[in-house]
Amino acid sequence: MHIAIIGNGISGITAARFIRKLSDHKITVISAETDYFFSRTAIMYAYMGHMRKEDLKPYEDWFWKKNRIDLKRGFVSKIDSQNKSLIFKDNSNMTYDKLIIACGSTPNKFGWPGQDLDRVQGMYSMQDLDGMEEASKDLKHAVIVGGGLIGIEMAEMFHSRHIPTTFLVREKLYWNMVLPEAESKMVSRHIIESGINLQLETELKEIIDDGTGKACAAITNKGERIDCQFVGLTAGVHPNIGFIKESAPEIEVGRGILVNEQLETSVKDIYAIGDCAQLRNPNEGRRPIEAVWYTGKMMGETVAYTVCGQPQNYNPSIWFNSAKFVDIEYQVYGTVLAKAPEDHVSIYWEHPEGRKSIRIVYDKNTSEILGFNLMGVRYRHEVCEKWLKEKASVETVLQNLGIANFDPEFYKEYEEEVVKIYNKQTGKNLQLKQKRSLTAALKFLRNAVGV
Amino acid sequence: MHIIQKIGLGIFVIALALFTLSLGMGKYQLSADSIDISKEYHKKEILEKAKANGLLDKRYESNFTFISDLKKTLKDAQQSLEEKAKNGIPEGVYEWDFRMGNTKDYMFGVVKSASVGPIAQNPMRWFMLTFGLGILGGLLYILPKFISLPGIKNNGIYHNSLTRGLQFNIRSIFLGLTIAGTIIYGIFYMNHNLLWPAITTAMVGLISWLVFFRQGSKENNPQRSASPDITGWLGVLTGVYLIGFYILLYWMPEYITSWVLMVNPLSLSLSGNGASQWFLYGTLYTIIVLVMGIRMMSKYRHNMYQVVRTCSVMFFQTAIAFLLPEILVRLNQPYYDFKNIWPLNYSFFFDYNLDTLTSSGSLGLFMLVWGLALMIIGVPLFTYFFGKRWYCSWVCGCGGLAETMGDPYRQLSDKSLRAWKYERYIIHGVLLFAVVMTLMVLYTYFTGNYQVLIFNSDSVRTWYGFLIGSAFAGVVGTGFYPLMGNRTWCRFGCPLAGYIGLVQRFKSRFRITTNGNQCISCGNCSTYCEMGIDVRAYAQKGQDIVRSSCVGCGVCSAVCPRGVLRLENSSIDVDTRTDALRALHIKDGEVTLMQ
Ligand SMILES: Cc1cc2nc3c(=O)[nH]c(=O)nc-3n(C[C@H](O)[C@H](O)[C@H](O)COP(=O)(O)OP(=O)(O)OC[C@H]3O[C@@H](n4cnc5c(N)ncnc54)[C@H](O)[C@@H]3O)c2cc1C
Ligand code: SF4
Ligand code: SF4
Repeated sequence: MHIAIIGNGISGITAARFIRKLSDHKITVISAETDYFFSRTAIMYAYMGHMRKEDLKPYEDWFWKKNRIDLKRGFVSKIDSQNKSLIFKDNSNMTYDKLIIACGSTPNKFGWPGQDLDRVQGMYSMQDLDGMEEASKDLKHAVIVGGGLIGIEMAEMFHSRHIPTTFLVREKLYWNMVLPEAESKMVSRHIIESGINLQLETELKEIIDDGTGKACAAITNKGERIDCQFVGLTAGVHPNIGFIKESAPEIEVGRGILVNEQLETSVKDIYAIGDCAQLRNPNEGRRPIEAVWYTGKMMGETVAYTVCGQPQNYNPSIWFNSAKFVDIEYQVYGTVLAKAPEDHVSIYWEHPEGRKSIRIVYDKNTSEILGFNLMGVRYRHEVCEKWLKEKASVETVLQNLGIANFDPEFYKEYEEEVVKIYNKQTGKNLQLKQKRSLTAALKFLRNAVGV
Repeated sequence: MHIIQKIGLGIFVIALALFTLSLGMGKYQLSADSIDISKEYHKKEILEKAKANGLLDKRYESNFTFISDLKKTLKDAQQSLEEKAKNGIPEGVYEWDFRMGNTKDYMFGVVKSASVGPIAQNPMRWFMLTFGLGILGGLLYILPKFISLPGIKNNGIYHNSLTRGLQFNIRSIFLGLTIAGTIIYGIFYMNHNLLWPAITTAMVGLISWLVFFRQGSKENNPQRSASPDITGWLGVLTGVYLIGFYILLYWMPEYITSWVLMVNPLSLSLSGNGASQWFLYGTLYTIIVLVMGIRMMSKYRHNMYQVVRTCSVMFFQTAIAFLLPEILVRLNQPYYDFKNIWPLNYSFFFDYNLDTLTSSGSLGLFMLVWGLALMIIGVPLFTYFFGKRWYCSWVCGCGGLAETMGDPYRQLSDKSLRAWKYERYIIHGVLLFAVVMTLMVLYTYFTGNYQVLIFNSDSVRTWYGFLIGSAFAGVVGTGFYPLMGNRTWCRFGCPLAGYIGLVQRFKSRFRITTNGNQCISCGNCSTYCEMGIDVRAYAQKGQDIVRSSCVGCGVCSAVCPRGVLRLENSSIDVDTRTDALRALHIKDGEVTLMQ
């Protein structure tokens, strides 16, 4: 059987690796972007000089041949699902028995005047990285539009090369549709103290052409003109399904390619995973499109089982994510909402220096733990997940909070402060019983599986 | 760059230039009363020949001519003593007090005592102009870094010509030349005894064959180990400078007497003896560990593990490795570095060391027992509790230099599978060599018999000292910082690291835990792992990391932008540390976190 995979991102590659683990099928991974799989999440580090482009590749180049995973560079312009064939831009074609679409996302553009000028781009692909590199040669000032995770990465990138950067964010505070207000304030503060010109409640209205087709200034909705030689568009991404809509209308799409629990599309033997997939029936509390690394990875593994004849339902378990805002690390486990409903109560501790915080959310009525939101502090994924799955009571969690701490040795532990805040909020007198300890964490985790 | 930093850099460059140029500033004049040789017959003969050759009391403006004339004089003296010895050695005089074995032994001392130039006249002034200014410049460059916001500061490392590393082919050329040069020089070093250079060449061939052909590394071309387009010339230059420094230090110390003179007053005040090239090396080493340790702390000051660990290596280098042995000498006790452990301290079982320790009273005996106890009990015990790091990145001097001066180069270690294969053969090969060499030396010590099978234990030990002790640990170990990363020696060569590594791999509470499924495969951890461990390969599949080579520097954990890695210890799963797969995987029909 020949399994073709469109896209060599994390989802497509994970699928290929697990199919190889489970079977002897012929596997071809197709990409128009690069010869080899690379870590999209790390392109900022190549620009900032932390790593070479080579270092973005998680596997050595010989890995693919050794594991008999064929790599093909080419752009699929048409899917002929009737004849089970892919047609490439150069008109060559390739037949498949099963097809996995993992074609990822593409940056949003909102019809701004001038958005297609030279030196105006998003940051998604290797080509975008090259574009930024090229533009940086004589860059005096950059403007970035859109206050999400990619926007701040781009700002940090220019900042690392001492290129003055204006960061336009539509919201009142940075990323406040996801982060609770205190954390959102902390990050906004940190962006400014890092030396990036953060302009809140400001939107892009227009990008001006310098007469040669290049951007030379951005006009904001407040009427300000910012002279610049680069405009970064980072207002989110959407599934990259243009070529599917045009060439294969039989594949049902919404915003992304619609898939069922087993990641099957509406056409037999065609599956979709990763950023481009839209779940018809997502789990409770989860969104139909989750364009993050981890979900791509999990979908890739799930689909591998399914195409190899051991059908699996995609079940991403408890939500988690992480990011880094310049120098502040961020981790989240479970449900932590920006605008918490009334019965979600927070215990929030913030370090006086304002670059670390711990937030624990629980249900006011049942005392069940709902989520953890960490800034500048690391928590153990498995421990938090276990508490969340078991719906542990907030007091159990607080008393044992040390086992969740994952900060390096010699780091100060703040769990006691968290417990104190809870006591203050509730008038109770709870004590922290467990400090940071791997042994305690392992004991806790092993009890779960009966070891 | 901050203006103060620019000034600091300027001062440092001036100091380095003065330091380098000072080598050419020596003036020499050999006089009868300045010559410092204890053996009467040798001294008399050398003086006679010096007079005959017109060397005595002649003023030389250049070290090259002086040294070449002196060489001739020493050779003449040696030959003349040989002639005289044929007619019989005077009553009551030992043969080695009469015949001159190696003329090289006298070169350094005579050149040093014959120095009359500006540095000999005013060593303190020159010490301040070179060491002093260097420290000042370095600190001025480093201290302003404390002002910036705390956080990972790796911006521009691969844009910087000093730290970006080499093109793969150029690196191969460097390596090839170094190996060839070492073996060829080794032939002369062993007085044309070809046995050991030949065995070494055969081993190089054998290991390469094993890695390339037996283990199929030929087709696994390591593209990631160094890229085609990156060549940092400043790094190459630094590497060449360092390699040159070590060659002079180990094998031609007579050319660096200017430097040694500068630290003479310091040596006198510490041990009461004049400085040797080793004292110079110790001083430089300690100063660099201290200054660059401050830099390390400025870079990682948000990370307490790094701060504490850096303080620890600074302390051990300064107090235990540098000051204490000098003070011991001042108190007429044996020179002893309490933290140096066999087989890194390969001369521990040499006859002269055993003789010194056994004849130095109770302190000497204590030192002997201490050394044995560290090696037999201390290493396994501490490694069981804390992992290899207790020594390699908290105590050891080589590690101390690597973690301070070497920190800017840690990203240059080769992460390819091929490099790992080389590593395993070479480091365990060196460990085996150290064991065999030591056994032979001990056999000779107890039986008095120098011949062990076809080998002469004396030449084995000379070759070990040359090949491993000097060429590998020094020339390659430090000279290759800007070429192959800061732990080249620790990773490929150190026999003690090999020994500790085996304990860490098989019986230790230590591991690096991977935090669930949080890894985004970014590669920062692998890039900055000085031991060339592909940390990401484990982290991205959710596996904990237990590798014999990991020195527990904690930098992978520090640079990880997603908080995925933690160095930690626990005794409840020592034998099953690597079993846990912590990422989300399929299990029993659902995706869960596997425990
Ligand atoms: C800068 C940046 C930082 C990020 N950081 C994080 C992070 O920290 N954490 C996190 O969870 N997520 C992060 N993400 C999101 C994450 O990278 C994506 O969710 C993930 O890469 C999606 O993987 P994928 O395999 O679904 O698609 P992609 O990685 O987009 O791969 C799709 C591939 O398919 C190719 N392709 C598409 N169409 C065709 C065609 N017709 N023919 C041939 N090839 C085609 C594309 O060129 C592309 O190479 C980040 C994204 C970006 C851009
Ligand atoms: S794995 Fe981490 S702790 Fe171990 S040597 Fe490498 S960087 Fe240091
Ligand atoms: S462990 Fe951390 S540094 Fe290493 S690849 Fe994963 S996210 Fe990156």
